[in-house]
Amino acid sequence: MKRALPLAAAVVLLASGCADDEAEGGDGSAGPTRLVVSAASSMTEALQTCAPEFERAENADVRLSFAGSDELAAQIRQGARVDAYAAANTSLPEELNGEGLLSEPVEFATNEFVLAAPADSEIDSVEDVAEAGTKVVVGSESVPIGSYTRESLARLPPAQEEAILANVVSNEPDVKGIVGKLTQGAGDAGFVYVTDVNATGGDLKAIDLPETLAPQVAYAAGVPTEAREPELGQAFVEGLTNGPCADALAEAGFGGAP
Amino acid sequence: MRRPGGFTVLLALCLAITLTFLTLPIVAIFLDSSPADLIRSLGEPGALDALWLSLRTTGISIAIILLVGTPAAYLLATRSFRGKAFVVTLIELPLVLPPAVAGIALLAAVGPSGILGGTVESAGLELTFATAGVVVALTFVASPFYVRQAMAAFASVDRVLLDASRTLGASESRGFLRVMIPVALPGLVAGTALALGRALGEFGATLMFAGSFEGITQTVPLAIYDRFSTEFDAALALSAVLVAVSAAILLSVKLVHGSEVLGGAPR
Repeated sequence: MKRALPLAAAVVLLASGCADDEAEGGDGSAGPTRLVVSAASSMTEALQTCAPEFERAENADVRLSFAGSDELAAQIRQGARVDAYAAANTSLPEELNGEGLLSEPVEFATNEFVLAAPADSEIDSVEDVAEAGTKVVVGSESVPIGSYTRESLARLPPAQEEAILANVVSNEPDVKGIVGKLTQGAGDAGFVYVTDVNATGGDLKAIDLPETLAPQVAYAAGVPTEAREPELGQAFVEGLTNGPCADALAEAGFGGAP
Repeated sequence: MRRPGGFTVLLALCLAITLTFLTLPIVAIFLDSSPADLIRSLGEPGALDALWLSLRTTGISIAIILLVGTPAAYLLATRSFRGKAFVVTLIELPLVLPPAVAGIALLAAVGPSGILGGTVESAGLELTFATAGVVVALTFVASPFYVRQAMAAFASVDRVLLDASRTLGASESRGFLRVMIPVALPGLVAGTALALGRALGEFGATLMFAGSFEGITQTVPLAIYDRFSTEFDAALALSAVLVAVSAAILLSVKLVHGSEVLGGAPR
């Protein structure tokens, strides 16, 4: 019987610990309101920087969830309760809006689609990437960065497009995978957003693409119909064009709303 | 007959909860996709490539694991030496590593800018973005499952058997092949099944280390993830196939070697 005592004490302690937690979270009126934000991976650094300021201003507890925009859209379609959705394109928010799952999307920023290569690489242009033996890492066709890449390459002369596509060695499920493969020296070049190159702090260089490849990419956001906190979600979406989050996005290299 | 006591009822309740929790998601995969969908999705380009690649890479890595891991496990089970506990812990470490850590670790070791990257390159080996890289990732994450189980299986063999074979004039290598392996076989098979399951399901290390390209590095779990957002039905169908293949492995092991193989710990 003696041996049961410490165990009983532990159980009691554990239970009281749980009760404390609940009291804190369940306080309701005074505690911060939880806001769940689903945002494209490319905004990770920027939104993490501005979230604390938004939290203070709105008395909110912001939960940021970063992944590929398509994956986040799939989660919303599968019924995930999200208060704000910020995508790395306009088509996914428009699709969700068309399905009645998202408010009218707002375009809040632009990003530039660039060719990225390790900083010390000799690659300097799209022509270099078309050379046989260059290891090219791109996004999978199902994610925005992958579909942009294919759309852009389709504007090149067919022979060049084919040569580049033949050099593709990996279709990564998100931008982070592409950047990681390049910083590790596994890949020679990849197509990403300029903000992703900026975030590597000099490990990668961004090579501007010719205007004809239409490298401007618009980002759009909206409030899901099933949001638990639609008003706060709306405030967050508005803050993307005006406020600390807009500043943080500009700081990271995003362009203003188109 | 006695009425079952309150404790037995509690046990049964916990079993029911465990069973429901573990089977419901798997049942849902099959309920959510009709057999017709399943067959159609398999016919879709890329699906069979992924399945074939998964089976091929898993097969090769299991062969390597068996060939090298069996003697290694035998040594650990039959000899004692200083620092053995440390060696065993090192071998078991990948068991508890998150796949992402395994991927990073492989890149740091044998990736192009890893500590042995130059050696790998000068040996003419291509690992990143190559099928060989998938095999390396699978072998890394799956081998501890086999070596651990094989060690336990060898350790539980009655030493008298081996001593007897030696008294009869057999060398140790002969005793290992003709006595130890046959006697420890159920445990070895169980270890193989565990490693096989782990290799077949490997995702993170493969993606980070080898990349994702149809027919070269995109195994079934990677193909499922790739289809998740745009073709949920196709992802479901491929998942169903993976469940079926894994269940078939588990069942065939149980049927061939009796239910004790995976039922309880050897010893």
